[in-house]
Amino acid sequence: MTDVPDLECRALSKRFDSFEAVKAISFEVPKGSFFSILGPSGCGKTTLLRMIAGFQAPTSGDLRIKGRSVLDVPPNKRPVSMVFQHLALFPMMNIGANVGFGLRQRGVGKAQIKAQVDRVLERVGLAGVADRSVDSLSGGQKQRVAIARCMVLEPDVLLLDEPLGALDLKLREHMKIELKRLQSEFNTTFVYITHDQSEALVMSDQIAVMNRGVFEQIGTAKELYYEPKTAFVAGFVGEANKYRAKVSRANGKQLELLTEDGIALHGLDAGGGLRPGDAAQVFVRPEAIRLSRRAADTQDLGNASAGVVDSVLFNGANSQLILRDAANGAEISVALPQTGAFRDLNKGDTVYFGWEPEQTRCYRAEG
Amino acid sequence: MKTTTLLSTVAVLALSSMAAQAETLRLLTWGGYAPEAVIAQFTAETGHTVEVTKSNNEEMIAKLRATNGGGFDLAQPSQDRVSGAQEEFGIYKPMDQSKLETSLFIPSMLEATKTNTTLNGEVYGVPHVWGTDGLVVNTALAPNVKDYKDLCDPAMAGKVSYRVKRPTLIAWAFSMGKDPFAAYADPVAYQAILDEVEAALIACKANVKTYWDGGDEIKNLLRSGEVTAAMAWDTGGWQLNAEMPEITFVAPASGALGWIDTFVIPARGRADEAAYAWINFVMRPEIAAQITAEAGNFTASLGGDAGVDDALKARYQASFPQEAIDNIKWYPTVPAGLETLEGAALDRVNAAN
Amino acid sequence: MSKDGSRLGLILLMAPLLLWLVTLIILPHIGLFVVSLSEKVGVRTYETGFGNYAVFFTEPLYWNTFARTAYMSIMATALTLLIGFPVAYYIAKLTRGRSKTTLFLMCLIPFWVSELVRTFGWMILLRETGVLSSFLQYLGVINGPVEFLYNDFAIMTGLVYTSMLFMVVPLVTTLDSLDDSLIEAGYDLGASSLSILREIIIPHAMPGIVSGCIVVFMLSLGNYLTPILLGGKDSLWFTGLIYSQFITRFNWELGSAFGFLLLGLSSVIVFAALKLTGQSLGKTMGR
Repeated sequence: MTDVPDLECRALSKRFDSFEAVKAISFEVPKGSFFSILGPSGCGKTTLLRMIAGFQAPTSGDLRIKGRSVLDVPPNKRPVSMVFQHLALFPMMNIGANVGFGLRQRGVGKAQIKAQVDRVLERVGLAGVADRSVDSLSGGQKQRVAIARCMVLEPDVLLLDEPLGALDLKLREHMKIELKRLQSEFNTTFVYITHDQSEALVMSDQIAVMNRGVFEQIGTAKELYYEPKTAFVAGFVGEANKYRAKVSRANGKQLELLTEDGIALHGLDAGGGLRPGDAAQVFVRPEAIRLSRRAADTQDLGNASAGVVDSVLFNGANSQLILRDAANGAEISVALPQTGAFRDLNKGDTVYFGWEPEQTRCYRAEG
Repeated sequence: MKTTTLLSTVAVLALSSMAAQAETLRLLTWGGYAPEAVIAQFTAETGHTVEVTKSNNEEMIAKLRATNGGGFDLAQPSQDRVSGAQEEFGIYKPMDQSKLETSLFIPSMLEATKTNTTLNGEVYGVPHVWGTDGLVVNTALAPNVKDYKDLCDPAMAGKVSYRVKRPTLIAWAFSMGKDPFAAYADPVAYQAILDEVEAALIACKANVKTYWDGGDEIKNLLRSGEVTAAMAWDTGGWQLNAEMPEITFVAPASGALGWIDTFVIPARGRADEAAYAWINFVMRPEIAAQITAEAGNFTASLGGDAGVDDALKARYQASFPQEAIDNIKWYPTVPAGLETLEGAALDRVNAAN
Repeated sequence: MSKDGSRLGLILLMAPLLLWLVTLIILPHIGLFVVSLSEKVGVRTYETGFGNYAVFFTEPLYWNTFARTAYMSIMATALTLLIGFPVAYYIAKLTRGRSKTTLFLMCLIPFWVSELVRTFGWMILLRETGVLSSFLQYLGVINGPVEFLYNDFAIMTGLVYTSMLFMVVPLVTTLDSLDDSLIEAGYDLGASSLSILREIIIPHAMPGIVSGCIVVFMLSLGNYLTPILLGGKDSLWFTGLIYSQFITRFNWELGSAFGFLLLGLSSVIVFAALKLTGQSLGKTMGR
């Protein structure tokens, strides 16, 4: 193993007329890792991916694959393969011909193509379908054929453009695990773009959160979840209750804030540099909030209040409680503990809740 | 007061009687044979209105055949195409001589046409306009073209045009010293002549720029200088002569081919009254002169040439000295069936490379 | 009751189509067929038989004319496809919105005037004293006037020009439905432009190619004005032969037989071409 990353972008930019879709992005993807780019639609992630694939030329910056610049390499010569959003399987060919397409272009012999196609189809768990038509497959099977079609070429990097978007929820959950398994099986570098945070969080070794053409943060799923560096990441990754507040006192990273509704909060300066008087955005994850029927249990948590149950959103392990703060009527979402202790909670009941200042992440409010 | 009432009553009566008799004459004819002014005058005099359809010999017969002689009230095929078509398809009805003012016609021409258009004792046609097929030559660029076969001279390569129609076959036959009309009755002899003519026309094909089809087309080709000599109608030559003095009609050494366009009444014509009225009207010398001015050809009207303008007369006389007139080969009636032989020959000429 | 009603509705819906089919297509064809079976043996005497059809096969002139017409039509079809495909591809794939509509309209513009006028336009361009000849002389490429009219090249030009729209429209429709990502996927998998054209674009566009080719071939084969006017003395075209049999030879019997032979032989050619390329009419028309 060398230190040379499989994929490296240096100050990569793309400008369309007056609009800058990708702004000087730099990152490295180490060999064999699963790298996701997570961002809302229109954030520039597709443009970035298409530049890596070679379908769009960057305005400036460099793009290296295994240490070699590929800027002047046309897409059909780049050692990357792409799984398209709608898979782009060739309907005019059977599955074997689809998977063998790239090998045929390389001039590999017929017998060898057949052997390799059979092998890769077996690896994705679709042995013996080579002679069938594309239409005869289910959505998940097509997905695997699309990956097999790329993997048979043994690319240095496999690009995936939201390939799960078209699948139904159940299949999507299944394919997340499947994709991760295939990635470790082939031990190829995957670059995966998605707007669905759960896809990114479950599968990735590294995730880049992209917004308005820049990477807000690159890190592991846990880092993004527990230590978001920007307000955007804190809001985009995972659930959060948001407050707009004003810093009333700062002591190092420890802050005291006053929300617009007049609630005093204790929080942690996550972005850094907040001074008294600054406007701040405050994020509290529903699962960080503790519930109790007795006021005494939550009193010492730093932030505590009482609320009336507005509604119970029961969804098994992901059940939520919407409370209305007794003091000021503000709405707050709380994860329902799975212990069963609160299963008899009903609308209109009063409960006490609270959370640690460390779980209260504050960022400088923009604009 | 009383007189005016009477007068208006008469006028109304006259109008209504006129309306009862007024018919629409559907005339199937050639371009130039029914000038607007003549039609207007005819309508004013008789009350009949005229609808003109312009056509040519083959299309006239084809149209009448398609309707078994219906759809038109008066047609004008050439005299050689009357009795054959009548025998084959029965598309005309006999002419009622009593309704014609025969004194208006040049007697010799009337008799000749009657003879030519008689079938089973019935006369089917009377003459109207006559003219010739010959050579229209740009005398500055092609001074040596005197006869049809001169068109095949290598010096004329690419500058020649004629039609692939039966007059061309007949013309070349005469030009080659044959008499096709004499062989009309003998299909074997006629076929022999056709074979020779066919060979000559195929050999000549390299000289031809294009086969022309309509009068305007050949005039355009001659006017632009793309074609310097062509077999064509005399009128075309005279019309061009008026614009460009170097182009004129030349009566070929082997004789111009004379044709007479007739009046015939289609078998299912519905306005015979108007048809006879039209014939008698246009044969009046002063009307005939108007038609000659428009069409460029002379008519069978007695004294009709008196009113023709002098320029046209001069051109006619320049093209037709007396010996050339004597040498005109008038088309006799085509016997039924002969056209099949000619058609096959023309097809082969057309297809040759 | 409602069932009867819907059946009546169906009949009413079908009525114009059936009326059109029966009175304007089927009846005239039956009449034509009957005429084509009557052999002329003398003045106003006819016998029933296939003699008129036999004439076609025994007289090499007619047979050759048909072969030439078919050959030229096939060439015109191939040429139209060759020129029309890039045009259609450009319109379907490389333009968007307004310019797409404009280009499409430009393909349509020649059809706002009659075929006769269009053909005369070409005659003005190609004749010896015409625009092209004069322009080349002006440039000094040629010394004297050159005749571009009255040859097979002129016929071909006219046929391709007349047929272009009928090739471009079905091609644009099928190429429009080709997902761009299929082409990108091809490139991504290492294919050259040529193999993408061969393996992805052409197979996808095949229904459009086939229907366009059928229409253009039939239009060329059945064209009358263009070959006659532009071809001049070498214009020999099968429809011209039919015309002359009907109009100048008064031989409706042979003309009808030729008409039916044209129908039959052109169907055979189309069928053979479909078989050769492994396409089926149903597949083509079903799209």
